[in-house]
This record gives sequence, C-alpha cells and structure tokens, in this order.
Amino acid sequence: MRTEDLIKALDADARDKAMPLGKAWWLAVGMAVAIAAAVFFVTIGPRPDIMPAMHTMRFMSKFVFTLALVASAFALIRALSIPGASTRRAMAWMITAPALVVLAVVLELFAVPQADWGKRLVGSNMMICMSFIPLIGIGPLAVFLGMLRYGAPTRPVLAGAVAGLLAGGLSATFYAAHCFDDSPLFVATWYTIAIAFLTLLGAIGGRLFVRW
Amino acid sequence: MTGKDEAELSGLLRAAIAGDERAYADFLHRVAALVRGFARRKIVQGGVDPEDVVQETLLAIHVKRHTWRPDAPVLPWVYAIARFKLIDAFRRRGRRIEVEIDEIAETFAEPAAETVSERDINRALEGLPPTQRSVVSSISVDGHSIGETAAKLGVSETAVRVSLHRGLAAIAKRFGRQ
Repeated sequence: MRTEDLIKALDADARDKAMPLGKAWWLAVGMAVAIAAAVFFVTIGPRPDIMPAMHTMRFMSKFVFTLALVASAFALIRALSIPGASTRRAMAWMITAPALVVLAVVLELFAVPQADWGKRLVGSNMMICMSFIPLIGIGPLAVFLGMLRYGAPTRPVLAGAVAGLLAGGLSATFYAAHCFDDSPLFVATWYTIAIAFLTLLGAIGGRLFVRW
Repeated sequence: MTGKDEAELSGLLRAAIAGDERAYADFLHRVAALVRGFARRKIVQGGVDPEDVVQETLLAIHVKRHTWRPDAPVLPWVYAIARFKLIDAFRRRGRRIEVEIDEIAETFAEPAAETVSERDINRALEGLPPTQRSVVSSISVDGHSIGETAAKLGVSETAVRVSLHRGLAAIAKRFGRQ
C-alpha cells in the first residue's frame, strides 16, 4: 500500500471522533475515586472517631500529603500521556508531597521525645496499611493504565509508574480516614512502602500493556 | 520555515477536527513529507525502511489525534510521535538508537519517492478479518469512496465506516508486530 493510499483511508475515517484526552482523564479520575470509595467502604471504612480526629493536626496532615501527591501526579500523568508535551514543570511539582512529609517528620521529631519515636513509627496498623493501600489502589491503577493506552505516552514505563503514584495517593487518601496511626513517622514509612509497591506495579504495567 | 509550518499545520488540523475533510488530507500529506525527511535523515544504515516509519506514524497520528490539544503547537506533537515510532522500528529489529529532539528543527520535508518494496502495512492488512480487509483496501488501494465501497460490497455506508474504523485501528495496533 502506498502512503498516498493510506492517506485516502485515514481521510475517509476522519469523521469518527474520540473524546478529547483532557476530558477523558477527568472521567477516569471520577471512575477511580468511585472504585476506591466502594472498596474502602465495603472493607475497612472510616475510623469511628473520625469527627473528633478531624480537629487534630496530625490526622489532617495525612490528607495534605496524600492530596498533594494526587494533584501533582495527576498533572504529570496528563502531560506524560501527550506526545511532545513539556513535563518539566509537572515533574518539579512532584517534589511537593515528599517535601511536606519530610518537613512533618522533622517537626514530629522535635515534638515527640526520643523514647517514643519507635512506638510512633511502628504504630498499630502497619500490616493493614501495607495491605489495604495496594488493595484500594489496584482498581484505580487499572483505570489509569487503561487511560494511558487511550493516550499516547512516549515513555510508557515512567507513565505507568506515575499511574501507580496517582493510584497510591488516591488510595492512601481513603486509607488515611481509617488509620489510627497519625504520626508523620508512621506515614513516611508505611504509606511510602505501600505506594512504592503500586508504583512498581504501575511501571511493570506500563512496560507490558501500554503499547500503541 | 518551521514557524510557518507550525501555523499552517495547526490551522489545518484544527479545521480537520472541526470536520473539514479536505484540510485533513492536506494535513496528512504535509506531515508525511516532514516525517519522510526526518526518517531518511535518521536512518543512515539499512534495516528500517523510512516509508514504513512514515506510514506507521501517520496511522498513530490518526488514531491518537484526540491527544492533541488544539491550543498546543502541533509540530512537537507530530515529531514526538514520529520519534517514538522510529525508535520502535529500530527496537523491533534489535537495534538501539537515540534520537535527539533538537535535531528535528533541521529536518526538511521530502517528496514521496515510492518504491514497490513489500511494506509492513501490507502484512498488517492481510491479517485483518475479510470484511475489514476488503473495505480498507477498497478505499485505500482502489481509491473508492465510502458510498462506492458500500454499493460494491452490498452493505450500508454505516457498516463500511465501522469496518474502516476498526480495520485502521487494528492495523495501527499490529503494525510491524508480526
């Protein structure tokens, strides 16, 4: 087939239109939130004392971290799914969530006597944390990998890893409403490990499934 | 030259998205010439046929045109796709190459110089289900319109459009994978 001929066929198919990628991403996030919420409420649900907990800084700080991760990963994954789009600024924003966590850890180390550091870090929930963040995040990760297939990422492995970070941030936001361990020492350790697992899974998914 | 290309090409693609089929054909012809120049410059050793890269890039541009934002420049988008497909073509042949984005600015459009060599796209076309294959080749190789193809095959125009769309998507997916 000559290139000329191919153009004829493409031109004849021009009328068929797909949803613009930007809009599709918002739809995908809506779907991912719905899936994560369903899994969360069916399995563990929020902690019973969530109302008083909302008045404590440590509890609320968890949402600042996770939502910062969600917002920055969402901006980055949208840029990564468009060929030739600049990702530098979105990449730089990815430092926000880790920087906030590091800052909170430093403040916590000053606020808590050294004898309690270990107790705060280990907490009471680490196994639940490490199993439920991936469990709640796996559905959203599948949605985001599907979106990457719909898009056109020229760096599929990186884009897949960011899909894992986004799914992890979203899942951790829900999980944080369940967890009694509010210390930044706990969050910085176990949330990070759980999200890193989803990130790795996302990178593998990007390598295997995101082809176009 | 690149600034003028950019303005004209993004104008054409915007018009095409708004439903102007003429503009879409113009856009694809000009993109084909640019990508051909790019591929010929990058492929210094044999092994990969530049025209295969041109065709694969056009198909990818077509099935991924919803990823272009109408307020964004079109050339970086086109070259990013071409570069991705070029690297992919080398990878399939077991070679690794690095393609610098900066060199793209030096690329000039090249007219078609069609050879009769066996194309990757033909292999992908042959792998299609019979209906899709006959619709795609009727419109491309034989140059028939949607209406003519529908009459010839004795099906509705809608059915022809659906087969064409699915066939092209399948070709884009399979391109060079066999």
